[in-house]
Amino acid sequence: MPLDREIAIDVRNAVKRYGDFTALKQISLSIMDNEFFTLLGPSGCGKTTLLRMIAGFEDVTQGGIYLYGDEIENLPPNQRPVNTVFQNYALFPHMTILDNVAFGLEMRGSSKADARKRAGEMLELVQLSQFAARKPSQLSGGQQQRVALARALAPQPKVLLLDEPLSALDLKLRKAMQLELKHLQRETGITFIFVTHDQEEALTMSDRIAVMSAGELQQLGSPVDIYERPHNMFVADFIGETNLLEVSVDKIEAGRAICHLGGGHELTCNEVAGIGVGSNVHMSIRPERLFMSDQPAEGESLHGRVKENIFVGTDISTIVALDEGPDFIVRTSNSDRGNKRIFEPGTEMFINMELGAARLLVD
Amino acid sequence: MAAGAASGGSATTDTYKESRTWLLMPAWLTLSILVLAPVSMMLVYSFLTKEFRGGVIWEFSLAAYDQFFFDRGLFGDEAPKIEWTYILIFWRSIWQAGAATLLSLAIGFPTAYFIATRPEHSRPLWVFLITIPYWVNLLIRTVSMKFLLRDQGPFNDLLISIGLIDSPLHIVNTNFAVQLGLFYSYLPFMVLPIYAAVERYNFSLSEAAADLYASKWVTLRRILLPAVKPGVIAGCILVFVPSMGSFLAPDLLGGAKNFMIGSLIEEQFKGNAGNWPFGAAASMILMTMVLILLLIYARQQARAEKTEG
Repeated sequence: MPLDREIAIDVRNAVKRYGDFTALKQISLSIMDNEFFTLLGPSGCGKTTLLRMIAGFEDVTQGGIYLYGDEIENLPPNQRPVNTVFQNYALFPHMTILDNVAFGLEMRGSSKADARKRAGEMLELVQLSQFAARKPSQLSGGQQQRVALARALAPQPKVLLLDEPLSALDLKLRKAMQLELKHLQRETGITFIFVTHDQEEALTMSDRIAVMSAGELQQLGSPVDIYERPHNMFVADFIGETNLLEVSVDKIEAGRAICHLGGGHELTCNEVAGIGVGSNVHMSIRPERLFMSDQPAEGESLHGRVKENIFVGTDISTIVALDEGPDFIVRTSNSDRGNKRIFEPGTEMFINMELGAARLLVD
Repeated sequence: MAAGAASGGSATTDTYKESRTWLLMPAWLTLSILVLAPVSMMLVYSFLTKEFRGGVIWEFSLAAYDQFFFDRGLFGDEAPKIEWTYILIFWRSIWQAGAATLLSLAIGFPTAYFIATRPEHSRPLWVFLITIPYWVNLLIRTVSMKFLLRDQGPFNDLLISIGLIDSPLHIVNTNFAVQLGLFYSYLPFMVLPIYAAVERYNFSLSEAAADLYASKWVTLRRILLPAVKPGVIAGCILVFVPSMGSFLAPDLLGGAKNFMIGSLIEEQFKGNAGNWPFGAAASMILMTMVLILLLIYARQQARAEKTEG
């Protein structure tokens, strides 16, 4: 992430409490200009609360929110130059599609004719021109979604907030909309803040992701960062599929930590600050970073026996039991299956991996 | 089950039809005994000849309608002129009922909105509080209102004692007193349907409007009101229609000057002095007018929906 960019939204030590319940515990994060930024987390993690605080629908209990350097947490929503795409779209049911899209422009002082002209252009952008005279109820979910998008983008907000906008769509449409959203963001150059609980969606679309849980920021980074180098248990478990193992750290030397898995198996990981010799911690290894072979390879190797093969379309998941140790999931791509042997259940084999595939996690 | 019904054929269909007929009986009975019968009776009576001590003689006559619309002089032998007396009473009734409806809307809408935006568990309590005064008989409530609003009543005493006015306001025996009385008589009929509509309203629409730079006032006018319009209209009809025919509030609070159609009808059936056919005719005219008003409204709604859709 380049550092010379301006900060679009700066959240400084923001706290949100409802009575005794703390929805957000001191969140600080900076969202850059022209960035596709995602707030990712399970329901109840505070991501939507944070988005609504930026939009102005929830007040900030403590701390501040800045938009391009200006403090905005005391402005009502209708005075903040940010627009929202709502989860249920919230299209005005009694207005036509065109009037829906023109509404924000009119409120900002455009004449009715100007507003409608620009709304027409926005509908063209989302390929819905032929539906301009219809009512929202006459459109499909995907079309309503695009109207909501056009309506929020029409007044050219400085930041666009998207509250799980794709969650009501079926899988195929969702995939298509993900790409469309990403393209729209690049074309318009507007900062997008996207809220989702779908980690795959977040990885596909975002420049950066903030993973949240229980009102706290767990990790902030690029999709590759978050996926390959999860900081803690929660992030490793929440993002993608992984082998989570309880290990104890045997010794640490030259930046390497030798860990014991049980059953006499050992693995070498990178040293992690705060995890010392003797600590019992968790380790994450992504299934696709593991390879099966008849022989141990250079790097790390574990001996085991195949329990089961599961066909999952693009891949095969193989469950392997280590000798007197934990189970592992190994993922093999189907793309070059011709070159690879399928290990039938019961076969004795080795699981090989590069050094660095296994990662120690802070609890 | 489904296969049995399909192959077993008519037997099940017949029992179904039969039970449907029986189950619909209460509705048919209610409609015929409580709606059709009285209205037909009134229609028939309005075309009969009056009996001087009240009651009717079973002889067809147009006299009641003639008396309502035409003035034929004291002995009934002059050329017919239009009789303005009753038309004026009608006009006053419409005006008074309309004003009472607007007053109810002005107070009832914010009340309904307030209740609908309370936390869900406390809403029934608020609705309950709104209805409590209506457990008291309407006559007693109206008389009490007269007492409260009198020149020497508590309301004027209060205003004088806090120095807001020097001499009592004359409220009783004015049009305004009647409107106030009607407003108080029918307020829940305005609040409840609007409350039901606002409760169903999707408040994220208001958020979306605010998000798109609309002020609170614009959001109310252009987003909330159109969405809850059916509730508002139901409330207005439920207040306007009974206000039109009401006689307690006009009689007790309006005095002789502020006679309304309800009082006119009431008098025709009171004691031995009445004129039953005339009262029936006035009722029929009142009903026809309200029906025409509602039909005009329904047609306009249908047309508006057509052009919008």
